[in-house]
Amino acid sequence: MRGILLALLLAPLAALAPARAAIAAEAGYRLDRSPHDPRDLVSLQAGARTFVNYCLNCHGAQFMRYNRLAEIGLSEAQIRDNLMFPVDKVGETMRVALGAKDGKEWFGVPPPDLSVIARSRSPDWLYTYLRTFYRDAKTVTGWNNAVFANVAMPHALWRLQGERGLEIIPHTDKAGHVALEYKWTQLAPGAQGTVQYDATVRDLVNFLVYIGEPAAQSRKRIGIVVLLVLGVLFVFAYALKKEYWKDVH
Amino acid sequence: MAGRLMALWDWVDARMPSLAEEYRKHLAEYYAPKNFNFWYYFGSLALLVLVIQIVTGIFLTMHYKPDASLAFGSVEYIMRDVSGGWIIRYIHSTGASAFFIVVYLHMFRGMLYGSYREPRELVWIFGVLIYLSLMGEAFFGYLLPWGQMSYWGAQVIVNLFGTVPFIGPDLALWIRGDYVVSDATLNRFFAMHVIAIPLVLLGLVVVHLLALHDVGSNNPDGIEIKKRKDPRSGHPLDGIPFHPYYTVKDIVGAVVFLAVFCAVLFFAPEMGGYFLEYNNFIPADPLKTPSHIAPVWYFTPYYTILRAVPPLFNSQFPGVLAMGVAVLILFFLPWLDRSPVKSIRYRGRLYKGALAIFVVAFLVLGYLGTEPTTVWGQFDFDAFFLDTKDIATWAGRLGTVIYFLFFVLMPWYTARDRCTPVPDRVTM
Amino acid sequence: MSESQKIDRARRNLIVATSVVGGAASVGAAVPFVVSMWPSERAKAAGAPVEVEIARMEPGELKIVEWRGKPVWVVRRTKEMLDSLKVVASRLTDPESSSSEQPDYAKNEHRARKSEFMVMEGVCTHLGCSPQMKSAEAKAEMGADWTGGFYCPCHGSKFDYAGRVFKGAPAPLNLPVPPYVFLSETTIRIGDDKKGA
Repeated sequence: MRGILLALLLAPLAALAPARAAIAAEAGYRLDRSPHDPRDLVSLQAGARTFVNYCLNCHGAQFMRYNRLAEIGLSEAQIRDNLMFPVDKVGETMRVALGAKDGKEWFGVPPPDLSVIARSRSPDWLYTYLRTFYRDAKTVTGWNNAVFANVAMPHALWRLQGERGLEIIPHTDKAGHVALEYKWTQLAPGAQGTVQYDATVRDLVNFLVYIGEPAAQSRKRIGIVVLLVLGVLFVFAYALKKEYWKDVH
Repeated sequence: MAGRLMALWDWVDARMPSLAEEYRKHLAEYYAPKNFNFWYYFGSLALLVLVIQIVTGIFLTMHYKPDASLAFGSVEYIMRDVSGGWIIRYIHSTGASAFFIVVYLHMFRGMLYGSYREPRELVWIFGVLIYLSLMGEAFFGYLLPWGQMSYWGAQVIVNLFGTVPFIGPDLALWIRGDYVVSDATLNRFFAMHVIAIPLVLLGLVVVHLLALHDVGSNNPDGIEIKKRKDPRSGHPLDGIPFHPYYTVKDIVGAVVFLAVFCAVLFFAPEMGGYFLEYNNFIPADPLKTPSHIAPVWYFTPYYTILRAVPPLFNSQFPGVLAMGVAVLILFFLPWLDRSPVKSIRYRGRLYKGALAIFVVAFLVLGYLGTEPTTVWGQFDFDAFFLDTKDIATWAGRLGTVIYFLFFVLMPWYTARDRCTPVPDRVTM
Repeated sequence: MSESQKIDRARRNLIVATSVVGGAASVGAAVPFVVSMWPSERAKAAGAPVEVEIARMEPGELKIVEWRGKPVWVVRRTKEMLDSLKVVASRLTDPESSSSEQPDYAKNEHRARKSEFMVMEGVCTHLGCSPQMKSAEAKAEMGADWTGGFYCPCHGSKFDYAGRVFKGAPAPLNLPVPPYVFLSETTIRIGDDKKGA
């Protein structure tokens, strides 16, 4: 009886699907899996460079300090010379020059701060989003995005990916359900081919994931030590319990 | 050295004999039944989590800023700039969910073994008051990170109070301190979360334990061990002193709990978005409502009940009422249960079946509350009574009915149930 | 040894062993909490060293920079200012700077690494006001024997061009000298002594 109750209690836990990333591509474009490796320092450094050169003009990362980038293998001199444009001191945060009021005026909505964007949107969403911009004459910026329809952001990385076009073709099946076919075309080449651009975006997403939670790697390392210590403690605590409970019948 | 310590102890004991007396009364000479099983760990674990939350809460308060323009940033400050801050934050966020898991299992133990029955009704009542306070504590605390879910969750719940007839709008205004959830609301919720409710919780836990110790603990067989005492010592035959037996056993329980807790804390602190919601990493925006607002998982069964009840005379108040009654009905459990036996071990099939269905309904209600009402699609037929075609809403209604029937029909099915004879002495 | 004594011994050993491991685990658990109270990265960044350009300073010029919330003075001393240091020695409370706060490299006759540049905190050691520079020409205000230095308007303490306090002032100590280092001929870093980045 108890077993049945326990099974009933635990079974739904197994069926729990993770709550979807809050802003999944709403029943639309299928998200690609981001292939980033959080332990690849070279990838993170490349991502840092892309971020500072292409994103930091409009977006900020106000909770990330420059000097923390030593964690991804950069020296203070390298940070100072290559990454610190808008600030003087290496201990300062990656604030953006663009004020919120100007941002709203120019784009309709101020470009959001990117410090924890990887935690709210998910790496897969970011990886897909940054690779699915396309030319659209009907929008204000001339750009649109397959994952985030009518986004106010233009394709900041267009020089690298080039210009692409998208044709969305609806197919209706016999039951009346509509499936969308996405047909991509390369209208003009960019500085990078597809493979290289995907790698650039992978590195950028890697960096965004890192700045979302810089302590992530040490969290896992410390976790292993903690669980080992608790394992040892369990052995002694259990032996102690058994020793006392010998007397109880 | 040992002599000096003994002398020091004697000095204190001579001036405050209650230290030693209370130690004897509540630990060394508190005789608890010897047949406590897995379900009996959760009381001490709840106490452990309370201590953990208070300690981490104190250290978080050293860095957190309860100001609408600074709150979100101060949480990221704790996560990044404060040494060890991320550990403290994750312990507190994991601890909040752990508190509810432990408390739900602790309450379930009560339902399994009739721990709320005479003479322990007051223990149960204090316990339900603790549960209510805990819900309040979690609600106030959730606004503090000032994310999108924090803000809009608070907005929705406070607006529920606004549906109370006549006084509703003023009540909501008084709670908020403003026309919408704002900095004023944040500051007062901070005061409630950090000081007011913790003090209430501590007081309630104390009287909960005092009331329990005054009558003695129940056990998985539901029999009163005080009925069979050893003639020489006067102690219950089936009792063992809490210290050292249950102190040493609860330490093992605590270590296992901490291992599971730390596994979550260090490897999955977000728990797929259930413990730390993704939307809450977006700073609160009063002008932009998220497409999908859901309360944190531990409130979701009641949220489903709220959504299941349709509006009446353009008011959402019936839903609010149903949600409130769903929680408050717990108070009446000691009087709804008319069974001659306490423990499920000796009850008949009616109660076992009812409890099993109740558990499934509660879990389904909980799941449905995390999702939009469209999650299970629509019925594809038309009918006059279908005010909504969402299958999930109707499932929620069914779950709500089952939930209430479990309590409302209890006086009937517990009295009718065919119970088996209860043993004289506990079974290990 | 009797059976019960053996059991007691076993029991006690287990209690000790469990307590030791438990104690170690507790100490480990306490570390993040204790450590969280040290200055955060934000505090450290705010208190970080400040770099001062001295190339375009005129002789006799006073430059004021902020470090850790306090005014720090950089004075490019003229020959006359340096000469005045020897003249006033007898009128000072602590001419050798034995009680005041300064790094070892500032414990010399000029209280500086290089005599031409004086670096000191512009905070009066009496009650914390910031004194004003008064040149040797201000004899009408400061008295006939005034050879130049600093005057605190709050309670009248006077300091020379090396920040040493004059006798008769309510201020007890010479002005503190913070750690500093010449990064080059043209730049001083105030706040630490280390040359490396």
